[in-house]
Amino acid sequence: MMADRPVSLLRRAKNGAATLAAAASVVLVLAPLGAVFGYLVYKGIGSINWAFLTQTPKPVGEAGGGMANAIAGSVLILLIGSIVGVPVGIGAGIYLAEYGRTRFGDLIRFTADVLNGVPSIIVGIVAYGLVVLTQKHFSALAGGVALAIMMVPTITRTTEEMLLLVPSAVREAAYGLGVSRWRTTLSITLRTATSGVITGVMLAFARVAGETAPLLFTAFGNQFWNWKLDQPTAALPLQIFTYAISPFDEWHRQAWAGALILIILIVVSVSAVRIAASRGMLKGAH
Amino acid sequence: MANRALGVPRLTGPQPVATPEVTARHSPGNEPLLKARTREWPDQVFFVLMLACGLSVLALVGLIVYELVSKSGLSWHAFGLGFFVRSEWDPVNNQFGALPFVYGTIVSSLLALILAVPLAVGVAIFITEMSPRWLRGPLAFTTELLAAIPSVIYGLWAIFVLVPLLRLHVQPLLARYLGWTGLFEGPPYGIGMLAAGIILAIMVVPIVSSITREVMTAVPQPQREAVLALGATRWEMIRTGVLRNARAGIMGGVILGLGRALGETMAVTMVIGNRPEIARSLFAPGYTMASVIANEFSEATGDLYLSALVEVGLALFIVTIIVNILAQFLVWTVTRGMPARSHG
Repeated sequence: MMADRPVSLLRRAKNGAATLAAAASVVLVLAPLGAVFGYLVYKGIGSINWAFLTQTPKPVGEAGGGMANAIAGSVLILLIGSIVGVPVGIGAGIYLAEYGRTRFGDLIRFTADVLNGVPSIIVGIVAYGLVVLTQKHFSALAGGVALAIMMVPTITRTTEEMLLLVPSAVREAAYGLGVSRWRTTLSITLRTATSGVITGVMLAFARVAGETAPLLFTAFGNQFWNWKLDQPTAALPLQIFTYAISPFDEWHRQAWAGALILIILIVVSVSAVRIAASRGMLKGAH
Repeated sequence: MANRALGVPRLTGPQPVATPEVTARHSPGNEPLLKARTREWPDQVFFVLMLACGLSVLALVGLIVYELVSKSGLSWHAFGLGFFVRSEWDPVNNQFGALPFVYGTIVSSLLALILAVPLAVGVAIFITEMSPRWLRGPLAFTTELLAAIPSVIYGLWAIFVLVPLLRLHVQPLLARYLGWTGLFEGPPYGIGMLAAGIILAIMVVPIVSSITREVMTAVPQPQREAVLALGATRWEMIRTGVLRNARAGIMGGVILGLGRALGETMAVTMVIGNRPEIARSLFAPGYTMASVIANEFSEATGDLYLSALVEVGLALFIVTIIVNILAQFLVWTVTRGMPARSHG
């Protein structure tokens, strides 16, 4: 307004204060991040050894033992979750992208977003009612189903977005060559968007890999090896939880080690996705 | 893309007979060339399969509603709406009231928002408006990394780092200088409502800040330039030109954060103390709706006990759904017209 006068001291002070406050909030937010990672490495690294990676938990009071069965159990449960959740999510994404420009498509889109916001503990209750009550067992299968339910909406929405990035000319070229619609969708459109779709799957995977709440009364946990789908199964996040709230130092130590392994798995997958995205592999169509 | 579709003639090189650019004007709203269903049976089978996947999303939400409603019927018939205003939780005598959990959930979530929102907005402002360009990507990435850490790891960290810190250093200070408010009195256990609120705040920050960043980016650049041209300082430009326009969207981000805080389970369960009491002091232990389900569901004996827990779940479900829908609507009012983006 007063272009001929210098900016008043008060206004400059306010500007400086705001800049300072914003910078301070960045520091305040990054501090816990640094603290969490710092402690994970500091406490965890000394406890990761060969025994930790290859043995099952020892009884209370005995030193040693490990989380091998929990790591394996997590892999099993995540595998079940992915086998059930990924095809359904991608299929729903294909439906939305290729057939879903309708009111009904909007309803599914909206429902997927609703499902995305459902607290994970509620998903646990549902998987309990669906699988545990009918099987009369806590089981790896129930845990897998719970994680699958959580993966579906994320995969659906990212798959849809990635497929929509594929130019319709690519589809039309295939149609023009007489390729049927389903072959076009699978071999041309989905193929073109592969890296983007995989990114979505990885994001969903990273999100459920650390989930604990939906496993509490589905997979339930187990101190021993178990490869049967219909039996209670250990999982890394569950084991961390149990050990963290226990009163034993030895278990606390192992909880940190387990947490470090879990976070390494997640950060590696998320970073891989980030790097892929920044290299432009996400664009889908070339 | 749009410019190329206009067919600006290329002066050098041979002209292709049929320029592919002309047809490459794809946008999500384009009409497909073929109708949804063709007469060939493989196409129909494929369509039905994909439709089934789409329908399963609807079915899942339907299933959640059915499970929660049918399994909570017993408790609903026994206590009615009074369930949410009664405060005794006595599994031995089959008396169930959810008030302490509702209270704990609301207080811990609000505390988290009070702590997180100013920080999250500050971070978003710094990243979008103040930070040097080369720092933007790394900063955005690191704040999003906060969202990738599993809840149980936050809980572990809180038990062994945050809680001792609160007990030994923060709580005595708060009690001495702010004890008169009544919010900070009683023995400093470390574990309790305050610890839960702080850990929730750390978990909510990335959500609020990523949405805030998104809506601030959606504010058109000329808006900023116009305010700056009037002689505003950078802060005045941000306040009047950016924040005011992004208000609804930021509110959406805050409410989305609230949705996350309400349903957050593990970290809270590990530090809130898990005692169904209503206390004014933030030092006192509490209990949340999600935590009581996490702790007691697998060992609930008796149908009424289980049913009461499911009813707590149903209430939590309804509240988070409403909160999420509201948030999405608010974000949409600011970012509509922008290309679709995946959720942070």
